[in-house]
Amino acid sequence: MLHKPAHKAGSVERLEAEPVNAARHRKPLYEKRRKIFPKRAEGRFRRFKWLVMLVTLGIYYMTPWIRWDRGEHAPDQAVLIDLSARRFYFFFIEIWPQEFFFVAGLLVMAGFGLFLVTSAIGRAWCGYACPQTVWVDLFLVIERFIEGDRNARMRLDAGPWTLHKIRKRVAKHAIWLVIGVATGGAWIFYFADAPTLLKSFAALQAPPAAYMTVAILTATTYVFGGLMREQVCTYMCPWPRIQAAMLDENSLVVTYNDWRGETRSRHAKKAAAAGEVVGDCVDCNACVAVCPMGIDIRDGQQLECITCALCIDACDGVMDKLGRERGLISYATLSDYAANMALATDGGATTIDPRRVRGANGAFVAGIRHFNWRTIFRPRVLVYFGVWVLVGLGLLYALVSRDRLELNVLHDRNPQYVVESDGSVRNGYMIKLLNMIPEQRRITLALEGMPSAHMRIAGRAQGDGRSFSVAVDPDKVTSLKVFVTVPKAKLAEAEEGISFRAEDPSSHERDVYRANFNQPETAK
Amino acid sequence: MADKHKHVDEVSGVDTTGHEWDGIRELNNPMPRWWVYTFYATILWAVCYAIAYPSWPMLTEATKGVLGYSSRAEVTAELSAAKAAQASNLERIASRTVEDIMADPQLKQFAISAGASAFKVNCAQCHGSGGAGGKGFPNLNDDEWLWGGKPEEIYQTIAHGVRHQGDGETRVSEMPAFADMLASEELRATAAYVVSLTGIPSNPALVETGEQLFTDNCASCHGADAKGSREFGAPNLADAIWLKGEGEQAIIDQMRSPKHGVMPAWLQRIGDPVVKELAIFVHSLGGGE
Repeated sequence: MLHKPAHKAGSVERLEAEPVNAARHRKPLYEKRRKIFPKRAEGRFRRFKWLVMLVTLGIYYMTPWIRWDRGEHAPDQAVLIDLSARRFYFFFIEIWPQEFFFVAGLLVMAGFGLFLVTSAIGRAWCGYACPQTVWVDLFLVIERFIEGDRNARMRLDAGPWTLHKIRKRVAKHAIWLVIGVATGGAWIFYFADAPTLLKSFAALQAPPAAYMTVAILTATTYVFGGLMREQVCTYMCPWPRIQAAMLDENSLVVTYNDWRGETRSRHAKKAAAAGEVVGDCVDCNACVAVCPMGIDIRDGQQLECITCALCIDACDGVMDKLGRERGLISYATLSDYAANMALATDGGATTIDPRRVRGANGAFVAGIRHFNWRTIFRPRVLVYFGVWVLVGLGLLYALVSRDRLELNVLHDRNPQYVVESDGSVRNGYMIKLLNMIPEQRRITLALEGMPSAHMRIAGRAQGDGRSFSVAVDPDKVTSLKVFVTVPKAKLAEAEEGISFRAEDPSSHERDVYRANFNQPETAK
Repeated sequence: MADKHKHVDEVSGVDTTGHEWDGIRELNNPMPRWWVYTFYATILWAVCYAIAYPSWPMLTEATKGVLGYSSRAEVTAELSAAKAAQASNLERIASRTVEDIMADPQLKQFAISAGASAFKVNCAQCHGSGGAGGKGFPNLNDDEWLWGGKPEEIYQTIAHGVRHQGDGETRVSEMPAFADMLASEELRATAAYVVSLTGIPSNPALVETGEQLFTDNCASCHGADAKGSREFGAPNLADAIWLKGEGEQAIIDQMRSPKHGVMPAWLQRIGDPVVKELAIFVHSLGGGE
């Protein structure tokens, strides 16, 4: 391995950064929060996080504005949770209240997806996709744009309240609030037609719930993303505790590889010349300075770590400058780490000696374990994946095989039956025809079983019969009061009960409901 | 324990409160400040609430509260708002005939709903909550109508009642008591004949004498074919519906000393619009003509 000239190594910026949770001083119970000024990081994980931020925020803000033509009887918004009409529109899928299990199923999938991702690649949710992470990142961009990077911000914060400082602070908080309003504003568009709501919202004519929602989400976005930041993850969020339990020794976690980093030294050249054991870590604190959680990953895995990998980027940048291999801080599994540690410490017999992990030419020895993608596909991950796929397939099957025509029948409870003057017995039913497509239809409602029974639809001039053609409104429930009468002589038939059948003659969609027919015991 | 306020726990490095039980000391870990402040805030809230809203029970009533809130006033406001929302429908019902209301589907639906609740208040006591009646109380769901089953006829019956003293237009009918006019055997024979009309087998010898007795004594009101007459409110005896009970004995009892039901006249009590709503509701039960 090539050793770069000393002046190159000297160009590494050393930072006076200290983790907020440093083990050496115990924090008093009422100690004020220690502010964190994350430094800007550069590198592949940072670029990936920009991409994730762009995609997630893009989806969040743009989705309500996608139009979807469903004809004149249904809203033309692609994703719409229509609470007042109790409909949920998702592109070509329309969900009725009784089909809410689809949403529950999606939530189950989201849960198992989280288990799957966590067991495979650690707390990726926390580090990349969690809204708290995304919005804090966004807020930090604003802060950095207005107040400068870490050192400038620290100076500004420590300095007196000059006009300059006030101006910057007002600008920052104002933009944060605008982002907060936009966040809350985007949320309400999922629940009503977006262009209409935007107009009425601007004209101060939207429902109070809309203003309340925007106010609450503005407040939470501003407070959580701008003011509280890492405290939300550390003190408020229950998920890190749960997530930690889903990791095992084969999950990827951000790891400081102290088997090659220790003993760290700020004056590596001098120390090496003096014959001391020197690792790759030059103790520049870059990893601490970029950490949005204010921790030192070199202290090992910590509850606060959201595995955003910015310390990896920072450290890789330093290693590049020093001309050493990247990966002093890297995504690694605990088992790989332990194996490498065993190598560096001679099975734990000695303290870390990074010379053990390198051969004569400076390259790593053959026994060093690097991350291998195959270890991700272990049984635990496959089981999660299997469950996730099964739930997904089940939902898909339910979706493609579901009925868009449904029949609900309620037998009259009071009275249970009515004896007519000719001795025949009449039962009343409330029939609900659910036309779950946004098109007008003619549905044939017919009686099955009990050949002598006939029915009559209350309030309609169609008279008695066994089959009626009923016009049903698009996307609506049509309620019909139906009386079924069985002649006295045929009451024995009533034992078998009747069925109501609804059928769309054009599409042959159908639904059958088996109903009881009640009669006085003496009429048997 | 002179040093009880100075004692610091060795393991945790935390002060102790000085409380000690059998050598076990309590660490001084006070509640988080935000929690304590929240607690104070709730106390403040409770005090403000007690001032603003009725809360403290006094001898006769509770304190009024400076906001002047009362749940009764809220209910009153809600009720008047509901009344105001119904006003236009109620006006239209008041100004139209039953027939015109029936012709307007929206208004008819309103009348049925309003009638259903009025029925539960005024009618369910006798006719049952589902209108199925009972012995002596007509079933309003079936297709037999003593006084007619058209909406207007039902309206007339509800408005003026049946045998309601003090209403000139009330429905009146009275069946004579045959205890003094016919002998027991004759009563039995007549009953046997009446029962046979509905297709139930009976003693043929009795039926034959019964038929003659029926023609002589009953046909004037119930008709020669025993199908009754709405003009007199005489029930149809040749069908399956029996207001005063089924079977020969019930018929004999009714002939011997007839029972007559009384229905109050409702027009003066509940007003014309509600009677219209009730008539339309009863008509919608399934037996309306």
